[in-house]
Amino acid sequence: MLELRGVQAGYGRIQALREVTLTVGGGEIVTLIGANGAGKSTTLMAVCGIVPAQAGEILFEGESLHGLSPEAIVRRGIVQVPEGRRIFPRLSVLENLELGAFLRRDAAGIRRDLDHVMELFPILADRRRQPGGTLSGGEQQMLAISRALMARPRLLLLDEPSLGLAPLVIRQIFAIIRRINAEGTTVFLVEQNANQALKLAHRGYVLENGRTVLADTAERLLDNEDVKRAYLGI
Amino acid sequence: MVYGIIRLINFAHGEIYMLGAFIALIVAGALTIYGFSGWAILLLAALLAAVYAAAYGYTLERIAYRPLRDAPRLSPLISAIGMSLFLQNYVMLAQTPDFLPFPALIPEFGFLEPVAHIIGAAEVVILVTSAVLMVGLTVLIRSTRIGKAMRATQQDMTMARLVGIDVDRVISFTFIVGSVLAAIGGVLVGSYLGQINFAIGFMAGIKAFTAAVLGGIGSIPGAVLGGLVLGLTEALAAGYVSSAYEDVFAFGLLVLILILRPAGILGRAEREKV
Repeated sequence: MLELRGVQAGYGRIQALREVTLTVGGGEIVTLIGANGAGKSTTLMAVCGIVPAQAGEILFEGESLHGLSPEAIVRRGIVQVPEGRRIFPRLSVLENLELGAFLRRDAAGIRRDLDHVMELFPILADRRRQPGGTLSGGEQQMLAISRALMARPRLLLLDEPSLGLAPLVIRQIFAIIRRINAEGTTVFLVEQNANQALKLAHRGYVLENGRTVLADTAERLLDNEDVKRAYLGI
Repeated sequence: MVYGIIRLINFAHGEIYMLGAFIALIVAGALTIYGFSGWAILLLAALLAAVYAAAYGYTLERIAYRPLRDAPRLSPLISAIGMSLFLQNYVMLAQTPDFLPFPALIPEFGFLEPVAHIIGAAEVVILVTSAVLMVGLTVLIRSTRIGKAMRATQQDMTMARLVGIDVDRVISFTFIVGSVLAAIGGVLVGSYLGQINFAIGFMAGIKAFTAAVLGGIGSIPGAVLGGLVLGLTEALAAGYVSSAYEDVFAFGLLVLILILRPAGILGRAEREKV
């Protein structure tokens, strides 16, 4: 579904991605793990067209995303939940959700999806009139995922959904990600919390200094001695 | 409004106001020759001024601000001052450096006769127009799709892109709306004061900015309230002290507000949970 081949990207003179090569198949949960600053977020921003790829290819369903605007990429069904959640702080929970569906015109479908995400996260229904900035971290993460779902993604990109959350909330969020995947959405998950991510995912990649250095099934990565030492703290 | 979204003080905003007045003057002159009268002249002149101003505002953003979107904040500010000076001098050379008489485009109302010594037709039209535009703008920003996109862009431009908002289009639209409002202001005030020249936009722009800061930047009712407070301060200063000192009082008030309540009268402090 998504394929990156030797992607390079960066900001000005700083090159964050040197050679990222990976694939995400339809229906999968694939995770990209790596240390702080390895280029995980930049990889997602390159897929979304926010940071332009300087070399290499990014293909979605066989077609190159090169030169497409972020808007056109969302239209194709790639939607990101960015790091730090980036809730619009002074818009209400409901308005945040409506903006997730910004490119959609099917009012009836939008209403159905609103009901659906409020069933996934009942707390959002209670807080629908509240400004997004007043929610707690966990609630904001739920809102950010729901906002992305409102776009009816075919491929959902998640950047560090566990960041700064309590273990109980993390478990809840990961359970929802599994459910979203079971309902038919392909998931590409970027995580520093390698243990949790590998337990959830089918396959994983390891990113080091802007290069994908390891690719395997999630189970084998969990058993890999190098991965254990570097990312699992065992 | 523009400031609210891209954090740029559009110094050339006053010049758009001035251009609006000039275009209305030219159109009104032409229409008078063709025998139009009263309301038709006012409406057509304001309409054409708004269209021209929209084109100027759009172009201004494209050539002077968009290339500098990712530059340090001082760069577009300097570019804005440059555009302001350019437009002033362009009008001065193309038209005239002198004051031009501006026809009273706002016709008199018969029913205002009994109170004519208190309030004239021009004041009524200006008040009503301002109120209507304020309500319209509030509805636009609160309830429409583009209004929601504007607020999202203001709060987090990258995230706005990630939900599929074409941020460039939103910013262009903002400039167009702002310019249309400035032009309408230029036409009404020109008609009220009876004369215009190439430099009227400069003071108007600074006063408008002062009013916006007084009221709380980014708040529409705040801007109107700020305008009222500013106007009253000037009028009282002129009446009780001396008209030579009205600007001193106006800007003194600005300094006081900035010291005592930097967010403005209706503004909220920019602080939020992350």
